[in-house]
Amino acid sequence: METSASLERKSIGGRIFSTDHRTIARQYFFLALAAVLTGTALSLVMRFHLIYPQTPVTGDVMAPEYYLSLLTLHGTLMVFFVLTLAPLNAFGNLVLPEQLGAARMAFPRLNMLSFWVTLASFVILIASFFAVGGGPLSGWTAYPPLSAVGAIAGPGEGLGQTLWFASIGLFSLGSMLTAINFIATIVEERAESMPLMEMPLTCWNWFVTSILSVLSFPVLFAAGILILLDRLAGTSFFVPGGLMVNDQLITHSGGSPLLWQHLFWFFGHPEVYIAILPGMGIVSQLISNFSDKPVFGRRVMVWASIAIAFLGLLVWGHHMFISGLNPYSAIAFSLLTMTIGAPSAVKTFNWIGTAWNGALRLTTPMLFSLGFVSIFVTGGLSGLFLGQPQIDAYFHDTYFVVAHFHLIMGIAALFGIFAATFYWFPLLFGRMLDERLGKLHFYLTFIGAYATFLPMHFAGFAGNPRRYSDFTSFNFLAQVMPLQRWITYSAFFLAAVQLIFLWNLFVSMRRGEAAPPNPWQATTLEWPQGHKSDA
Amino acid sequence: MLLGVLLLLLAVAGCALFAFKPAWFPAAITADALAYDRQFTWTLWIAGGIFVGAQILLAWTIIRARRRATASTTAGQRPLELTWLIATAALFITLSIVGSRGWAKSPERKPGEEVIEVYAHQFAWSFRYPGPDGRFGRTDLKLISDAGLNPIGIDSTDPRSTDDFVTASLRIPAQRDVLLVLHSRDVIHDFFVRELRTKQDIVPGMEIPLEIHVDTPGTYEIACAELCGLGHSQMHSVMIAMPPEDYDRWKLQPH
Repeated sequence: METSASLERKSIGGRIFSTDHRTIARQYFFLALAAVLTGTALSLVMRFHLIYPQTPVTGDVMAPEYYLSLLTLHGTLMVFFVLTLAPLNAFGNLVLPEQLGAARMAFPRLNMLSFWVTLASFVILIASFFAVGGGPLSGWTAYPPLSAVGAIAGPGEGLGQTLWFASIGLFSLGSMLTAINFIATIVEERAESMPLMEMPLTCWNWFVTSILSVLSFPVLFAAGILILLDRLAGTSFFVPGGLMVNDQLITHSGGSPLLWQHLFWFFGHPEVYIAILPGMGIVSQLISNFSDKPVFGRRVMVWASIAIAFLGLLVWGHHMFISGLNPYSAIAFSLLTMTIGAPSAVKTFNWIGTAWNGALRLTTPMLFSLGFVSIFVTGGLSGLFLGQPQIDAYFHDTYFVVAHFHLIMGIAALFGIFAATFYWFPLLFGRMLDERLGKLHFYLTFIGAYATFLPMHFAGFAGNPRRYSDFTSFNFLAQVMPLQRWITYSAFFLAAVQLIFLWNLFVSMRRGEAAPPNPWQATTLEWPQGHKSDA
Repeated sequence: MLLGVLLLLLAVAGCALFAFKPAWFPAAITADALAYDRQFTWTLWIAGGIFVGAQILLAWTIIRARRRATASTTAGQRPLELTWLIATAALFITLSIVGSRGWAKSPERKPGEEVIEVYAHQFAWSFRYPGPDGRFGRTDLKLISDAGLNPIGIDSTDPRSTDDFVTASLRIPAQRDVLLVLHSRDVIHDFFVRELRTKQDIVPGMEIPLEIHVDTPGTYEIACAELCGLGHSQMHSVMIAMPPEDYDRWKLQPH
C-alpha cells in the first residue's frame, strides 16, 4: 500500500503526468470534486432565482437565457464529470487492480491519456459557458433543431453550443478509453487464482459498467460528430426541411430531430446505469463487510447487475413516449422498462438480506451505504409511474421527473461516492476521515436530500414544467410557489451541510489520524491481509 | 439506531405528504384524464406500499442488529430470492400492461370531428380554423409575417384559404370530438394542458395528431413543455372549452 510519505517523494512532474493508477484516481477524484462544487453552486443560484426572480444575483436581474445556461452546465457537470467520473474512473482506478490481485492497469499510458482527454473536455465545457454569444442553453440533452441550427436559434446557440458538443465528444472518447482499459485489466490482469465469478462485487459492477460504456459512449461520440457537421458543415442529419427560425429560412432539409433523440438516449439511458452500477457494487461490498456477513445471494447480485445493464440498453424509448414516436413502440419500451424493476428489487432485497441478522458496525461508510438503499428504493419507485406511457405523458418534463432522477441517479450515486470516499480515504491519502464529523455529515445530508427531493414530486403532481426560468407566466404555477420556496430552503440546507464534509476532507487529508493497514477489517485485496484472525 | 428512527420518520413523512397534498392535480376534464387518475391512484398505492414496507424493513434491520455481537453466516436463500424476483416481476409487468391499455389507440377520423391546427414557434402559439368550407388552405413559409398578422404563412391566393382564420387562444367545443394537428416551424415545442393529463411534443417536419374530447367547459392554460429557448417559460396560451352551441355561434362570427 502506498503511504503518504511515499507520495511526497515523487517529483511534481511525476505526480502530474503519472501512469500510476492511484495517482490517476486522485486526479479524477479532484476533477470530480471541482465539478461537483461548481455544479452545486450553479444549482443554488438557480434555486434562488426561481423563488426570487426579480432579485439581481449576477449584477442585474437574471435573463432567462442565463438561467438556462446555468441549468445546462449544472446538468452536464453533474452527469458527466461527477456521476460518471467519481464512481468509475476515480474509485475504479484506486482499487480495481489490487482487488483483482494485479499490480497495475492493463494500459497505464492509455490511462493517463484518458485523464488528460477528460480534463481537456472539462476545460472546454467551462469555456463554453463564457463563449461569445452566451453559454449553451439546450440542457444536457441538447435536442435539435434548437441545438443544431446555430446562433439564429437564440443566445448560446452559437459558439457556446459548438464548444459544448466538442466537450462531450472528447468526454466520450476519454470514457471509451477508460472502459477498454478496465475491461482489459479485468480480463487479462486478474490473478489466475481468481475465477471471474469470485471477483468482488465492486469489480463485477465496474466490469459491467465498462461494457455499458463501450457500447454506449461511441454512439454519443458519433452523434456528437454528426451534429457538429450539421452545425458547421451544412449537413442535415437532424434538421428537417421547411424550417423558419427567428424569421430566417433554414437551408437544411431531410434530417430527423427524432434521430438525435434515439442516438442520445441509446447512450443516455445506459448512462444512468453507468452512474449507479458502481455504487451498487460498492454498497454490496460495504454492507457485507460492516455486517460481518457474506453478501446475501452473491451470484444473484452478479446476474442482477448483468440483467440491469442488458435491459438498460433496450429501454431508451421510454424517454421518448411523447416525442412523436409511434405510440405502439411505447408499449414494448414500457414492458422492458418495468422489467428492470425486478432485478433492482432483487438487489434491494439482497442488501437488506445481507444486513439482516448481521453484527452491524455503523461507521460512516456503512451509514452512507444503508442510506443508499433507502434513497435507491424511493427514487426507483417513481420509475413505476414514469415507466407507464400514459402516466408519463403528464409527468414528462415536469418536476416529478426532476425528483426521480435526482434521487435515483444523483443522490443515490452520491451516497455511493461518499461511502467510497470514507472507506477508501486511507488509500487515497494515507489517513482517516474524522468519523464524528462524518456521521454528523451523513445524518444532515440524509435529512437534507429527502427534504429537497421528496416534496419536489408534488410540484410534478401539479404539472409544474421543468426547465422554466421563472414561474411567473402561468396562473397554475402560483400554487406551487410555497412548495418551490421550501425546496430552495432545503437545497441551501443540503449544500450548507456539505461544508462539514469539505472541512473534514481538507483537514483530514493533511492532519487526519494515520490509517492503520486494514482499518475496516476488510477481506478484499486492496487492504493488506493477515490482520483478521479468521481470515 | 438513529438511522433506523430516521427511516421510520421518513415512512411517516412520506404518508403525511400525501395526506396534506402541498400541491396536486387539477380536476380531470376528459374520460381519458379520469382513466389516468384511476391508473395513477393504483400505482400510487402499490408504490406507496413498497416504499413504506421497504423503509420499515430497513429500519427494523438496523434497529434489531445493533444488539448482536456475532453475525449469522447466511449467504442467501434461493427459494426466498426466487419468490421475490417472480413476485416483483409479475407486479411490475402487470402494471405496465394495464398502464398501456389507454395509450395507443388507432387514430380514426370520426364523423363530425372538429379539426383545428396548432402552430407553435419561438415563443407563441397560433391556432387555425378551416372556416365554413371545412378545408384548410395552402401555407407557405415565405409568407410568414408575425408583424403582418400572418404567423403561419397562409397563402391568400388559395380559394380554400379565404375563410380560414387564426387565433392566439384555442377555442374548442366541449362534449365533441376534436382533432388537434400539431405543427412547429422552428424547434421542438410541446403542447401541454394539465387538465387533459397528457402532453405531446410538436416536432418540426412532422404533423402530429392529438385527439381530445373535453367534457367540462372552462378555460385551461396551455404550456410549452419542451425546452425551446430563452422564452420557454413564457410560452403561454389558453384552451377555452365552450358549450357546443356557443362554439358554433362563435365560429360563424367574422374573424
